[in-house]
This record gives sequence, C-alpha cells and structure tokens, in this order.
Amino acid sequence: MTDETITIEVDGCSLEAKAGQMLIEVTDAAGISVPRFCYHKHLSIAANCRMCLVEVEKAPKPLPACATPVADGMKVFTRSPLARAAQKGTMEFLLINHPLDCPICDQGGECELQDVAVGYGGDVSRYTEAKRVVRDEDIGPLIATDMTRCIHCTRCVRFGGEIAGLRELGATGRGEHMRIGVFVEQALNSELSGNVIDLCPVGALTSKPFRFAARSWELIQQDGIAPHDGVGSNVRLHVRRNEVMRVVPKENDAVNQTWISDRDRFSYQGLQTDDRLEVPMLRENGRLREADWDEALQAAARILLDTPEGNLGTLVSPSATLEELFLAGKLTRALGSDSIDHRLRQQDFRGDVADPAMPWLGRRFADIENNEATLIVGSWLRKDQPLLNLRVRQSVLNGGVAMAINPADLDFNYDLDVDVVCKPSEMVQELAGVAAALGASTEGIAVTPDEAHKTAARLLQQAGKGMVLLGSAALMHPDYALLRRLAANIARAAGIEWGSTGFGANDTGAWLAGAVPHRRADGSAGQGKDAKSMLDGPSETLLLLGCEPDADFADPQRTAGALGSAKVIALSSYRSDALLAAADVVLPVATFAETSGTLVNLQGDVQSFVAAITPPGEARPAWKVLRVLGNLVDADGFEHNSSTEVRDELLQLRGQIQPDNTLGESAECPQGFLPAGLQRIGGIPMYGLDAITRRAAALQATPDAWDGTLRLNAATAAGHSIEPGGRVRLVQDGLSVELPVSVDERVPDDCVWLPAAVQESAGLGCSFASVSVEKA
Amino acid sequence: MNKIVSYIRSLFLFELFKGLSLTGRYMLTRPFTLEYPEEKAPVSPRFRGLHALRRYPNGEERCIACKLCEAVCPALAITIEAEPRDDGSRRTTRYDIDLFKCIYCGFCEESCPVDSIVETRIYEYHFEERGEQIMTKDKLLAIGDQYEEQLAADRAAQATVR
Repeated sequence: MTDETITIEVDGCSLEAKAGQMLIEVTDAAGISVPRFCYHKHLSIAANCRMCLVEVEKAPKPLPACATPVADGMKVFTRSPLARAAQKGTMEFLLINHPLDCPICDQGGECELQDVAVGYGGDVSRYTEAKRVVRDEDIGPLIATDMTRCIHCTRCVRFGGEIAGLRELGATGRGEHMRIGVFVEQALNSELSGNVIDLCPVGALTSKPFRFAARSWELIQQDGIAPHDGVGSNVRLHVRRNEVMRVVPKENDAVNQTWISDRDRFSYQGLQTDDRLEVPMLRENGRLREADWDEALQAAARILLDTPEGNLGTLVSPSATLEELFLAGKLTRALGSDSIDHRLRQQDFRGDVADPAMPWLGRRFADIENNEATLIVGSWLRKDQPLLNLRVRQSVLNGGVAMAINPADLDFNYDLDVDVVCKPSEMVQELAGVAAALGASTEGIAVTPDEAHKTAARLLQQAGKGMVLLGSAALMHPDYALLRRLAANIARAAGIEWGSTGFGANDTGAWLAGAVPHRRADGSAGQGKDAKSMLDGPSETLLLLGCEPDADFADPQRTAGALGSAKVIALSSYRSDALLAAADVVLPVATFAETSGTLVNLQGDVQSFVAAITPPGEARPAWKVLRVLGNLVDADGFEHNSSTEVRDELLQLRGQIQPDNTLGESAECPQGFLPAGLQRIGGIPMYGLDAITRRAAALQATPDAWDGTLRLNAATAAGHSIEPGGRVRLVQDGLSVELPVSVDERVPDDCVWLPAAVQESAGLGCSFASVSVEKA
Repeated sequence: MNKIVSYIRSLFLFELFKGLSLTGRYMLTRPFTLEYPEEKAPVSPRFRGLHALRRYPNGEERCIACKLCEAVCPALAITIEAEPRDDGSRRTTRYDIDLFKCIYCGFCEESCPVDSIVETRIYEYHFEERGEQIMTKDKLLAIGDQYEEQLAADRAAQATVR
C-alpha cells in the first residue's frame, strides 16, 4: 500500500482514501454502513459471503466492497436500486438454510445476521423446500456448536490459521455440502479459542459456560482490565443482577487488539464459587470463628502493633491492584519494616542489588511485531502469555526469527530457528553458550559454544530489533539471577532489548508501588527481607494479600512451615484450606470485578478500572481494608476516600521513574543448581495461575489443565524401570508424593515434569529441583 | 301557542306517564342483574386474567426461555433464569411473575413465539400472605394444566385474527 491519497465518491459524498485500500475500509472510516459477514479488519479478505455488494460506476456487476480496491475518481453507490437488489438477493440465499430458531439461540439480540436481516431481508420467505441440518461436534468445554446455523463466512477458520496459528477448524465439502468443523473430533487446543465466539456473526459458535444463561439485552456492560497476565487486556464485564455473566474483549490496538485469551474470557466462573470468603474470621482458642469487621480489624491491628519492629513480613499477590500494593507497602513501612514482596514464586534473589527501579517487558507490545529476532528463555509463551505470543508470532510472519531455550520440547505456533531443549539446570549453560558466541561475558560459566549457540548468536547479532524474553520458568529458576545477567549481557552485545514476562497482572506496577523489600514507592532504597527470607527466617507476623499458601508460592512446604510458626493476617477472597489452617485473622476482600483499582501492564500502561459488581457477603475492597488497618495502627497518610486518591498519591511519588531494565552492578552469582541426577521441571500450568483461574470450572476441564500425572519420557521411564500408567513416589528434599505416571516425549532425558500450583505438588518444595523417583 | 301545549301536558301528567311506561316495560322483561358470585358474566376469549404456562399435548413444557416476555413487560413483572436442561434443550429454571407489578396488558402473551405464557379467563384470586403474589413456574404450569382445554379452545377461536 502506498501513501498516495486519492478521492472517491460514495453515495454522493467525496471521501479521501489511500490507494490500495479496500472500499469497505473507506466506508467504515466514513461511517457509511455496508452490510458484511465474512469481512473482519484483523483477518484476511475472503469475500465469500457476498453481503457487501455495492454498485460501482462503470462496473458491469455489483462488486464486493471488502475485496474491491479503491481507485481515483471511483463512484460508488451503496444504496442504489442495483446495490439494494444485490444485497437483498444475497440475504435471501443466506437465510435459505438458516434455521428460524432465534428464540433459543444465544446469539439472539446480538446477532449480525438478525440485524442485517431486519435491514436487508425480505418480510416473507419464498423458500419452502427442506432446510439443511448439520450434526454438531463437541469441540471442548469452552465453545458450544450449533453448526446448522453456520453461514460459512469462514471467519473462525481464518482466525485459526492466521491469528491463533492452529488450524483446528476447517471447511470440508463444497456448496450445499460445505461444513465447518474440526477434522478429528476433539477439544480445541488453542489458548485463544474463545475469540471465535466473538467472530462468529451468527449463533453457530457460542460460549458454553454462558449457554442459555442470559440475553444480551439483560446485561450491563462495564469496562475492566483482565487480571491474569501482564498484558492487561482491555475487557468488558457483562453483568446481570450483581453477577458477572461473561467477559468479552474491548478493542485496544496498543494492548490486546480485538482478542483476549481464554483465561481472561472464562476466568469469571471463579468469581462465584462456594468457597468465596464472605465474613471476617478470627482465631480464638485455636479455632477460627466468624467475627464482625470491627472485632476482626481490631484483632489484626493488635497483632500488627504487638509485632516487634522489623519483624513484620508482607506477602502480596503480583496480581493485586496498584492501590492495594501501595497501601500494603505503606502499612508495612509505617510499622517499621521494609519486608514486603510480590515475587512469591521467585527462588533466587541474589540479583536484587542490581535491580533497576521499574523493570518491564523491555519492548512495547506493538514493537514486538517488528522484532527481527526473539530469544525466548524458559517459557511456553503460547500458554503462559497468549497475547504476547501473538505478537511474537506476528514478528515471525513479518520475517523475523524466533528461538527458544526451554526445559521441555514445547510446541509453538511458529517455527523456531533454534530450539534448545535441555534439563532445567542446563538452561544456564545454554544461555551462557549464546553469550559466549556473541563475545559477551558468561558470568564465569565455562562453556564452549556449540552450533546452536552460534546460530542463535548470529541471528541475534544480525537483528536490528529484537529481544531476549525471560519467561516464568526462568523467573522460577534457582539461578534466575544468573539467567537474568546472561540475558542482559546477550542483549547488550547484540544491541537488542531484554525483559521478563512476570507472574501476575501487576508485576511492573508492584515495583512502582514499592511492593519489593529493597525499593520504596518514592524510589529510595529499602532494607527489608525478600519473599524467600521472610519465609526462611523468623517472621513474627505475616500479612498475606490475595495469595494462597499452597499454590502461589515458590516453595509450598517452606510457606506452610513459616505460616505455622507466625501470626498470620490474611486478606483473601477465598476460603482455601491451607489459608484457614494458618491464619489468625482472615479478612474477606473483593476480587478484580468487585473493586476499583489500577493495573500497570508489562509495557508500563497505567490502566484503571471501576467495580462492576459488589463483593459477596461482607467482603470489602482490599484497599479499604488496608486503609482502615492503617488508621487503626495510628499510621500517617491513610486518609484516602477513594482508590483514585491512592493512585494519584502514588503516581505523584513516582516522579520521573520510568520503565527501565538497566541492571546495576552486583556480585557474581555462582551457579547453584548443578546438572546432576534426575530433575523436576515445574512451572505454572496455564490455568493454575491464580486463585480465580484455579476455580474456573470450564478452564479446568480443558486439555490445558494439568491431568494430575507425573510426566517423563520413555527413555527415562525405562532407565528408572517405571511402567507408564503405574504409580511412583517422587522424592524431593525428603518430602514425597505418590503420583500416576504418563509418558510425554516433550520432557528431556533425566527429567520429570510436575508443575507448581496444583494439588499434587503442594506437598513438595520448589518446582525446579533435583528429585528421585521410586516405584510406589 | 307553546305555553298552551306545555300547560295541557303538565295538567295531564304526560311526563309522568311517559316515565312510568318505561318502568312498566322493564317490569315485564327478564332482569339481567347477576347474582354474583352465584352467577358469572360471560368472558371473552381475549380476556386477560391470571397467567398460565402451557404445555404441548405430549406433556413437554412450551417455554424455551427466550425471555421476550421479560423484555417486553412494561411493568418489569417477569423474572426468568435459564440453563441447559440435561437433554441439552433450553429451559427456564425460574419463571416468576409478580402480580402486584403486572398491569395485565397481555404483551407477554403476544410476544411469546411458542404460545407458552398466556392470560387465562381467571379473574377471581386473592393473596393472604406477602410473597403469594409471586407466581412461580410451578404455579403457572399447574394453572396451565388445569385449564388447558379452555386455553387451547380460546387460542383456536382467535387464531384467524391473531
């Protein structure tokens, strides 16, 4: 497309257009409505629905506006008798096989076919023959199919091939016999599959969890921010009678374009579960009992005031809002402690002295699409960060290259030019190899670069724009500090960026809010204990915000031990057993849909939202609870009347602090996790990320949810004489669990794969560690 | 001249006899006062009384939870909740009509694509406790079952004009 501007005339109005633009883009921009089904601005042009036919002067027949490039001086009529006749004729053909079941169709009321039929359809059908009926396939727990309603626009098929990168839906047959379906009946395996619900112009593909639950006209729409990953997708919560009925994307080209991940779309199911915490609880004579807010808050304040200075530790969820994190930090520091941390899943804090003021992704999302080379370290990006993966995939489609160093042979929906699969401990050697091939410092790791390292180094060196992306497996790695320094060294040597994906929705915001022990909200240095030392060392009192001890921490066993010996004040939305066992005061707080707040995404966008519904029972927004706790311990600066006041105070403190990944000097960190023996690969399963997702029933029923088995490859199984399908005892640091075994060739030799944040691994320690297995 | 005619009329009590003649005529005709409640006035097939939910002859409930009645109701008297039934079909789990809110306009009946919600000929009912005015799905179906014959006949009689 050139930038040459031309003038066309549509319905008598003169419009400016760029040469090569399609007619429908020009009319859309000018607000002239042309009916369409198959056209979507983010998908390729198919021109197969024929609904957008318009009359063009001197053209012998009506032309489809979506596939007709504009030309200078073109005269277009969208409502002329010829155009209307063509549109009406197309509509009649489309309705021939479409069932008249609008009253039982979930799309009814928000259906493009309904809307267009009102404007362009005839009033009486002339068709009296039999209608086509198509058998429905079961395509998993997220999407319901009614394929008889399909009008063959192929938007879902094109989405799969072009955006999601998985051609799962396809068209078979031709003409009357054309069918859209999965080739082999199975659940869709895409982490973005929910988007076909929005794309489908009719009711052929609808949301299964939402099935028959509500009508579009009953729902009140409230803008929100998705709280499950650092992308901060803009969403709309659809609410009826104080209940979130569904979540749909809100367009924002800089963040999520028009897509959201299934995690963001279906996690709302976790908001209304039986184990929501609705009343405050208090431990009395060793037993928790329900209490009123006054009593519970007084008890919490007493515990906080009785804690010797410096002995309070605050552990906050990386998905908590900016306001909550800021007030939690302020409260902790008002009580004379700097020990607050949101990096609950991190094991290695040796690099803290070198931390920049506000680490971030390193590149803006839209810029990632222009990456010429991307090196992914320790992340199944497709599942960990579905929308970031879309951008990386786009960069590959744009001619860039992608490379990965991962502890398992994970499938990406684009080709990897270098795909290193190694034992978790060897990730350090592999990354050092790339650094060495680039001539950068290897941080004291003795390594000779092999062919893969040299190729990676060459591709990174050649790239003008690119990045090294550290994923969750790198962040949870016992040698994270080392991996991070190597990534930074590589980026510096190749002249590209580096960054990490974080764990929650507000990792970048947590730094801004001072929810780290060594950096306060105003940017000054702090002297607190990090998440690991808080749980290691004697902490007299622990304040938990939005985290579950058995699933949100690097080491569930260490956490359980620390909580057992400390006084625990927990602000939580859910009644998890592990939490109730340890807590002395439990304060029920609101989830993301029930509180106003702000999330800062990985590229540093500060995005605020307001509550869509009220919290259940007596639960209150966490920022209010923290504010009152501040008042009760007589701390200064807890006089906020709204969350925006909290945010504004913080943003004022922020001053000139901008996202920055420049590492300072730190002492050399020797490799602590040595490649010997059998190793456990951990990581967080896609739908085990936070308390809300873990409770979303439909997501837990997808193939992406963990199946409860210990995975290892056939060679390792044979080496340890384990039969696939049998049970084994996994021993890690003296702790053990018994698990069924499944064979998975994606796992490298001498490794077993058991993720963190699942029931099965709650009885063990850190998720990347040396282990042994024995027959059970 | 007029004065004379008027004088003669009043002298012979003409108006009185004219009035009495009407009284006399009605004295001889059959009275149409109804002895309510022993006797009832006839009711049109279009009468809009108490609501009912109908079933198909095979016993299947007609309502498919399309919620058009809920949407059209000007008094917001109808509340519906729905979910897939075990056989996958779309059914209500709750269908409440608040008779204190209802203005008996009949829009629900008109909007129903499956002739499920109807207004019957019943106009005699009362409530003694708060809460009784909420007609639940069970109550509405029971009324429908009881009067199905009449309801079907009324719909049939009106089929040509509806």
